[in-house]
Amino acid sequence: MIKLKFILNGKEVIVETEPSIRLLDLLRDRFSLTGTKEGCGVGECGACTVLMNGKAVNSCLIFAAQVEGNEIVTIEGIANGNELHPIQKNFLKYGAVQCGFCSPAMVLSAFALLEENPNPTEEEIKDAIAGNLCRCTGYKQIIEAIAESAKEVTSH
Amino acid sequence: MKKEFSVVGKPIIREDGFDKITGRAKFADDYKFDGMLHAVMLRISETHAKINSINYSEVENDQAVNSIITSADIPGAKKVGMIKNDQPIFCDEVVVTPGDVLAMLVGEDTTRLRSALSKIKIDYTPLPTLTDPQKSLDPKSPLIHPELGSNLIIHHPLRKGNIEKGFTESDHILEQTYTTQLIEHAYIEPEAVIAIPLGQNGIKIIGSIQNPFSARKIIAAVVNLPLDKVQVIQAQLGGSFGGKDDTMCILSARAAVAAIKVNRPVKIRYTREESILESYKRHPYILNYKVGFKSSGKIKAMQIDILADGGAYCSMSPFVTWRSVVQATGPYEIENVHTDVRAVYTNNPYTGAMRGFGSPQPVFANESLMDEIALQLGMNPVEVRKINGLKAGSITATGQKLQNHDVNLLTVLDTATKETDFQNKWKKYKKDKSIIQKYDFNKPVFNNSQFIEPDQLIKKGIGLAVSYRGCSLGAEGIDAAACYLSIQNDGTIYLLSGLAENGQGLRTTFSIIVAEELGITTDNIFYLETDTSRVPDSGPTVASRATLMGGGAVKNAAEILRTRLEELIRAEWKLKAAEKIIFKNNLALITNHKSPITFQDLCKLAANRGVNLATIGWYKSPNVDWNEQTGQGDAYFTYVYGCQVAEVSVNQGTGEVYLDKITAVHDPGTVINKLGAEGQIYGGVTQGAGYGTLEEVTTENGLIRELNFDQYLILTAKDIGEIKPIIVEGKEIYGPWGAKSLGEPTLELTAAAISNAVCNALGKRFFNLPLNLEEILLGKKLRPVEVKRGSLL
Repeated sequence: MIKLKFILNGKEVIVETEPSIRLLDLLRDRFSLTGTKEGCGVGECGACTVLMNGKAVNSCLIFAAQVEGNEIVTIEGIANGNELHPIQKNFLKYGAVQCGFCSPAMVLSAFALLEENPNPTEEEIKDAIAGNLCRCTGYKQIIEAIAESAKEVTSH
Repeated sequence: MKKEFSVVGKPIIREDGFDKITGRAKFADDYKFDGMLHAVMLRISETHAKINSINYSEVENDQAVNSIITSADIPGAKKVGMIKNDQPIFCDEVVVTPGDVLAMLVGEDTTRLRSALSKIKIDYTPLPTLTDPQKSLDPKSPLIHPELGSNLIIHHPLRKGNIEKGFTESDHILEQTYTTQLIEHAYIEPEAVIAIPLGQNGIKIIGSIQNPFSARKIIAAVVNLPLDKVQVIQAQLGGSFGGKDDTMCILSARAAVAAIKVNRPVKIRYTREESILESYKRHPYILNYKVGFKSSGKIKAMQIDILADGGAYCSMSPFVTWRSVVQATGPYEIENVHTDVRAVYTNNPYTGAMRGFGSPQPVFANESLMDEIALQLGMNPVEVRKINGLKAGSITATGQKLQNHDVNLLTVLDTATKETDFQNKWKKYKKDKSIIQKYDFNKPVFNNSQFIEPDQLIKKGIGLAVSYRGCSLGAEGIDAAACYLSIQNDGTIYLLSGLAENGQGLRTTFSIIVAEELGITTDNIFYLETDTSRVPDSGPTVASRATLMGGGAVKNAAEILRTRLEELIRAEWKLKAAEKIIFKNNLALITNHKSPITFQDLCKLAANRGVNLATIGWYKSPNVDWNEQTGQGDAYFTYVYGCQVAEVSVNQGTGEVYLDKITAVHDPGTVINKLGAEGQIYGGVTQGAGYGTLEEVTTENGLIRELNFDQYLILTAKDIGEIKPIIVEGKEIYGPWGAKSLGEPTLELTAAAISNAVCNALGKRFFNLPLNLEEILLGKKLRPVEVKRGSLL
């Protein structure tokens, strides 16, 4: 067992854990942050995406021990209470959510993109979510929602 | 005149959207209970084997193993099925396909349970395997279920007119064979279920279940409890597309057996590999078509022979292939039709319901065939479809006269071709031929004449496909649905349908119907958790029937309550019969009368007057009929029509097909949920495009090669170009305000349209889905010779 200290959704946390478990399991089992989903366990579907120091990563491919001293943001850390983040609002407004299983991860990939590139082209949006599989939506309304969010962010 | 709607057809934010976008929505694997144990599955890597004995002695005293669950623990039915009871809950006598589960271990830690699995000694004798469906009916082939006496699951014949006479009267005869592949639903959420024992009150199930009432029936049979002692709750469902039905019924039953035995909650949660290994898939078809037609383009006769690989279990094969026999000619009026559709058992992964349900396969075949007829006659694809296409009053292959709705086939065809400038593009691309010669395996090195200028590498093509589709279950079975609706004293509303939210947006659609009917907004409506103990059985959420049937029931419930409120107003204000009441903008407006009353005040008044404001709405489909010997009858009570145009760029050097644009024109009747309808088109087209270009589950002696998304590829955001949805709202007498079906029609056309577009680009026809790189470049699929993969179980 090792003791880990890291920032989780803006708060410092300390947890004792087996070093070899995945960040995905740490978040779901120890912190009950079940908005992070497991779809494939091999880093292909992106449903387990979280932000690590602002970058979108697959939490199924990261060992718990790797988060020591780092900053992790999950979907639960994106909205401000009941006030949705503009990306979340636009996902709803544009119909970008169907079954919703991939949605938290899509929002986080979009969030990471807009932090780095507030004015992305359609191709750049597609690149940013190319690692997030969605079987319901055909991605169109997701791309629209992210493009609209970018417009709102840059106009502010 | 068309009704003016307040909420129907407007973009409404989905009812479950907030929870889903914030990560609060609870999917099955997100539930945890005190004392909850986990179960893992025991399998062998064999395709067909007789199990002689299973020795558990090494794990009996294992600290990690709380309990071993075998078929001896099943109190009721040991074999189940949606149609035929041929699928064992635990296969401890014989394994007939590699996904089969022999037994389960139950304990606290799945990692330790999985290592315990390897200590179980299984003595088995491999049996001869049958993996080629074309050999299924050969008397020398092994029987998959010897007790059934045959590998034939079902045979649907259809006989209309005189096929011989039809061919004699034809100027041309064309015969072709098409094949389609095995594919995976690939819902992003793998299967999960928790069974919670309730002692004398039976068992509660929470799971990723598409059809809670189907699951309840099967669980009840397996644990030998009456239906009222089996409560099935649907967790938020992470995609299904027809796929979380049989598999989830069986998983739920296994969890229930374990939970009752250990008297603690038991969860089963599949990895992606287990999900792909065990869950059923889309049927691969072999389709033989012989068509006779006049030089004018009129089709005189069509003879169709279809063989579907049902895999190891019957599942939904009889119904899937029934839709095929009804729709196999495509949406054309043909005097003489002779069709045989058979589904057979093999040792392959079993096949069942998947979005499209027996239509994408024949649509690929008959729409390829229509283009070939056009080419042979020097016509274009639009002309030949116009000559033969179904119109109002046409008689279908099953002898049904199309009436009581707008038969909009030619309307959607015209809309799609005008929108895309189809005929001009088709002619232009067809002429532009500078095609690489076929690769010659005997001369593996290109010569100079085979090199091609880089700017000639990409060829553009355009293609289309049309279809008609019977709505709801048709002659498959009883077709009725229920809805519970209860208005509270403050005007807020509880709503629950007997159909299930599978991600498609049913809760939102049904909330819109209630809001429209009562003149309120959807945010006053709370949709309850889907629970078999709270609402009547409404059949399965399949066949694109939810809006039509479930929506009908919701509208009925809302009408009942609105009528009660109207009667209250009439009594209270002593209105004359001629005075009308309109529910709009959260008000009840009374013609020529004093100030309106708010919906909230009206509900308070109703409570004070003792008016019953709760009800069950009901909608039953009109009757259909079917003759199993002749394949004649009114198969479905109504139909929808669609046309998709695919525009592609094909790289002749690599075989890649780029999907530049898909224009999807559909007549689903009235659109209730605008955002949802568009979402269905985008999603259905993208799935259909994956089916057309990329997706395939391949097997080596029945063992699946692609067990995860590193090998089973579905389209990403970068793989699909523009999609243009166009909705034509045809008139319809059934359903809520004439709303019908959209989910499946959107998927069934895309692969066929793409294939026709690729043919337009390359001047070469493809007969075997998917049109992947090897198919385009080499005209055949390349396969690894051994089962090898990167990520292991």
